[in-house]
Amino acid sequence: MNRMIGSIMHININSWKEDFITMKTCLIVDDSKVIRMVARKILQELEFETEEAADGQIALDACNASMPDAVLLDWNMPVMDGITFLRELRKAPGGDKPIVIFCTTENDLDHIQEAMNVGANEYIMKPFDSDIIQAKFQQVGLI
Amino acid sequence: MNPADFEFISSLILSRSGLVLTPDKSYLLESRLMPVARKHGLKGLEDLIETVRSRKEEALIVEITEAMTTNESFFFRDTKPFDLLRDEVLPPILDKRSSNKRLRIWCAAASSGQEPYSIAIVLKELGARLAGWNIEIIGTDISKDILTKAEKGQYSQFEVQRGMPIQLLLKYFDKVDENWIVKPEIKNMVTFKYWNLLDDLKNLGGFDIVFCRNVLIYFDAETKGRVLEGVSKLMPDDGMMFLGGAETVLGVSDKFKPVSGQRGVYARA
Repeated sequence: MNRMIGSIMHININSWKEDFITMKTCLIVDDSKVIRMVARKILQELEFETEEAADGQIALDACNASMPDAVLLDWNMPVMDGITFLRELRKAPGGDKPIVIFCTTENDLDHIQEAMNVGANEYIMKPFDSDIIQAKFQQVGLI
Repeated sequence: MNPADFEFISSLILSRSGLVLTPDKSYLLESRLMPVARKHGLKGLEDLIETVRSRKEEALIVEITEAMTTNESFFFRDTKPFDLLRDEVLPPILDKRSSNKRLRIWCAAASSGQEPYSIAIVLKELGARLAGWNIEIIGTDISKDILTKAEKGQYSQFEVQRGMPIQLLLKYFDKVDENWIVKPEIKNMVTFKYWNLLDDLKNLGGFDIVFCRNVLIYFDAETKGRVLEGVSKLMPDDGMMFLGGAETVLGVSDKFKPVSGQRGVYARA
């Protein structure tokens, strides 16, 4: 029941908000449709406007068209992986702006360190839940 | 707890919340439900379970379910109190104690250790400023099992991601298989003790700063007042106390007063 109330309120808040303020945007980059859907639901609850990309190249094109406030980024993807995307993003004009949070099953120190060196702002090790997403987004000042 | 009681309470919680309680997690029953039992004037878990069995009181069942499903403790829970500790509460206290360089902090509901370790990390991050200081963080709780977990300082990937920023995780934890263990330099700053807040507190010694967050909520007003009076006696005049976001001293104790502009922070009155 809580979820139902939540979603009804969400619609009201959103339609109200769009009239007055701009919502923060988050690009969700993951080759799994299921993960993108789960992340989308959590981020919409946190009142983000979301966009999705199934690999790093699509994500890079989307960023070059319009830089989002945040990127939730998987590591292993076809065409272009997450770490390559991040390197390219940070080189692009305005690409230093988005806050990038890795969200991946890679949970060893080498991967985490590499991500941070390349310019990630936070790092989520899958599996995640809404508490983890919320806590991490709070830490980087997105909410 | 006997197997029949465990079976009864775990299936009740399962049917109400979907939370699966395996026997290895039975310490959670003790740490979460003892406060509920106490609040209702019951001696222990057995009495609580017996009461639920015989009366089937909906309000009590809901309370039990809520106590069991409250999220596991977070590192840096609520964030703000730890910023206040670093930026507002610590500086004047450190100034005043710069000659003897001694600081004692108490976590009155240490649970599985997230709060005392978070405090230790805040202090460690101050770096050279605290070089040569004798710092003691004491964490107490009424559950021996949960204190054993706290002492180990070992957390699952899921647990560390609840509140620990990735940079601090890399800096202050060692990864062992799929778990993360607090490094000795942090662990050594914290001592855990089994203690009931309703018992005499004197032997805990004095404390400059007390974290007493989200524990008074389980007591009635008179008991809250008594605990706060006991806490105040352990603190010097310039000592500071933190309460949880939903807690207050107003109408409960005249031993503390809220500090304006610092939510959740209380000074000796």
